[in-house]
Amino acid sequence: MTSVNTAKFSLITIAAGAVVMAFAHWVHVDYLFFASYTILQFIVLATAWNILGGYCGYVNFGSAAFFAMGAYASVFMHKFYPLPVPVLILISAIVSGIAGFGMGYLTLRLRGSFFAIATLALAVVLQTLVVNWDYVGGSRGAYIIRPEELEFAGITINYIEYLFGLMLLLTVIALITARTIERSQLGFGFATIRDDELAAEASGVPTLRLKLIATTISGAFMGMAGAPFPYYIGYLQPSSAFGLEYAVNSIAMPMIGGTTSWIGPLVGAILLGSAQQYATVTISSAVNLLIVGLMLVAFVIIAPNGLVGLVQGWRRAWRKP
Amino acid sequence: MTALLHVDNISKRFGGFVALDGIDLEVQPGERLGLIGPNGSGKSTLVNCICGTLQNESGTVRFDGHLIDGLAAHQRTHRGVARSFQLPRPFHSMNLADNLRIPLLYTVHARLGGLLRSAGELDSRCHELLEMVGLAKKAKQMPRDLTQVEMRKLELARAMAAEPKLLIADESMAGLSHSEIEDILALLVRLNERGITIILIEHIMSAVMSFSQRLAVLVSGKKIADGKPEDVVRDPEVVRAYLGQ
Amino acid sequence: MDISWDLLLNAIAAGLLLGGFYAAVTAGVSISFGMLDIVNIAHPAFVILGSYLAYFININYGLDPILVSILMLPFFYALGASVYQVYYLSFEKRGQEALRGLAFFFGLLFVTEVSLILVFGVDYRYVEAAYIGPSLHIGIVDFPLRMLVPCLAALALFIGIQLIITRTFIGRAIMAVSQDQMALQLMGVDPIRIKRIAFGISIATAAVAGALLIIIQPVEPSVGREYIGRVFAICVLGGLGSMPGTLIAAMLLGVVESITATFYGPSWAPAVAFGFLLLTLAFRPAGLLGR
Repeated sequence: MTSVNTAKFSLITIAAGAVVMAFAHWVHVDYLFFASYTILQFIVLATAWNILGGYCGYVNFGSAAFFAMGAYASVFMHKFYPLPVPVLILISAIVSGIAGFGMGYLTLRLRGSFFAIATLALAVVLQTLVVNWDYVGGSRGAYIIRPEELEFAGITINYIEYLFGLMLLLTVIALITARTIERSQLGFGFATIRDDELAAEASGVPTLRLKLIATTISGAFMGMAGAPFPYYIGYLQPSSAFGLEYAVNSIAMPMIGGTTSWIGPLVGAILLGSAQQYATVTISSAVNLLIVGLMLVAFVIIAPNGLVGLVQGWRRAWRKP
Repeated sequence: MTALLHVDNISKRFGGFVALDGIDLEVQPGERLGLIGPNGSGKSTLVNCICGTLQNESGTVRFDGHLIDGLAAHQRTHRGVARSFQLPRPFHSMNLADNLRIPLLYTVHARLGGLLRSAGELDSRCHELLEMVGLAKKAKQMPRDLTQVEMRKLELARAMAAEPKLLIADESMAGLSHSEIEDILALLVRLNERGITIILIEHIMSAVMSFSQRLAVLVSGKKIADGKPEDVVRDPEVVRAYLGQ
Repeated sequence: MDISWDLLLNAIAAGLLLGGFYAAVTAGVSISFGMLDIVNIAHPAFVILGSYLAYFININYGLDPILVSILMLPFFYALGASVYQVYYLSFEKRGQEALRGLAFFFGLLFVTEVSLILVFGVDYRYVEAAYIGPSLHIGIVDFPLRMLVPCLAALALFIGIQLIITRTFIGRAIMAVSQDQMALQLMGVDPIRIKRIAFGISIATAAVAGALLIIIQPVEPSVGREYIGRVFAICVLGGLGSMPGTLIAAMLLGVVESITATFYGPSWAPAVAFGFLLLTLAFRPAGLLGR
């Protein structure tokens, strides 16, 4: 297929991550850390969404719910038995992965749109649960006192930098996972589901099992993206954890970037994410979200394969004439 | 000799509409069976019940000595039941070679417990199959670039890629020209000579008559005749219900 | 535990009134999702749009909100027909409705909500009418007119739609399109035109549902989201495309939500719909009246 194999790609991605980390450490502007953390978080969410949405063709509207599940798993553990953030990320992955599996199991045997509808309702219900659950702060929200610094093997690390590093690592893992799936037998199977499920079954593809694998992986990554969030923000409210921007962006970013390969969500998340970081400073966040929504609608109508599709089209036209 | 496929008294209804009403059908290993019937007579429903796309409500389907009721479609494909679709359903986002790679990976590979390991072997299998249907030159093309007849051939090649014992060809020739029909028929006969049992569902009588060793007729969800083709087409009930139209 | 009977009876009565209103909100989805197989998740956003238009005209010109909604029917119909046209050309025709079509409606839902926030802000808005406030008392049971009037209007709307579907040529064509597009084409009817009309009708109902909503409760732009789970739960529980089933399911959900709100607190009510949806999908995917 292509020249770069998975091991090489992993090395390149990890190296790129290390360069970003080194650069951030060298510049060391707090705002830059905050802003890039948000963008990284969106890369993970968009990549996770795309494993199910882009590869298999099943829409998850409940990204915010899975993200919040991860965030609230952290809040719960913080109160119950504080653990290091990497462990919390693992716990969140398990919780949201199971939720993804359960949603899939209940709805994916029926017609395809039921899954989308159920995920849409999931966010409302989870929010209801959280609002009524005093242990994790209820509707008032929960404070998480973030340490200023972290001692690790005799080195003192700034905590925000630490969270940034974790999110960067998560981003690297998500991208490697997505690309590996894409080029594996599993990814081929996902693509047959997107193309034609009846034909996939007739060719021996166990479609239900594959879809459940996708919902589980996708849900788990969304949860992982949410796990460090309470520490990052310091104060978690239901309305911020279930924020509409997560649901919208995790769909809009892959759709605008392009859904058929790992690079689409990455491009979409970097472009939309930085534009929003810039725009929230200059214009209101509502206008900001309106633009994302309009872009989503425009892209699905005009450029169904996203920016990646547009570029591929231009390159083909360039070579042909 | 035991039958390869043994359909025993199966029924299927959609709401109030009875699509299949107590169908019995036996197919012997290596046989070429023609299945005919007017539109809406239940042919496709029968195929879907045999292949697991639909589940029959009563009766049993036995394949190769095992009950396969309740198995999902992909499990039946693993057991050796393959089909082509009436309207070709290629995987649109993949080139022809990759279209064939899917059953090789998901059925043959799984069945042999991972024997088809090397990428080179996969490639040569894909090539052989494309060669067999005369599409080897188009291996890197996308399904949307194919003509009708090529699309049907791809459909058959993909079914064959699963290395089935039984191939159900669901109207593989509808809308094709005379020479194209000859082409497909010759292909099916070659497959049969390799020992694959074939059920041919077809409207084009000349094709069915020249291909089939035995002919079964469905009308309104019931099997009204089953026997030698030349006897069946002379059966007064068949003439009245079907050919006389 | 000692159950308080008058509390329970009042909860059931309020639930039935609420259920009638839910039926009006769901009627449109029953047409678009149930009959046309178009997963219009933006329907509640159109309902909220209806609420705000009713609010705007009511506050500025003093017109009754229900009257306003009837005057708005043609505009919502045209809006629906144009949305369908875009949907058809961009997605249905290309066979991309599963992924991109859904994303399109999600985008619409979102754009509508954010636009309303930009125009009207996030404060709760309400309308004024003579029947908001007083109640009808029958025995120990209260029927607040604020609930009773919308319920009756909703039932009228619902019966109207049922009559259109069963008694008119267009209605029968819509039913036919939901079952077999081919047959319709053979009869010389353009299924796309029928679907456009049907979708127009489905969005038109949102104008009425919106006006009724803002009579029942103050509205802010994100209220619509709570209704997504509700309408689809009702639609699926009622059996896709079955109007009588939809009505029964709406009443059932209304009553269960109302009892939940009375005995466990109103903050739990949104979870009921989701429970309904999941239970239906798990145990009875064909719906209550399904075979």
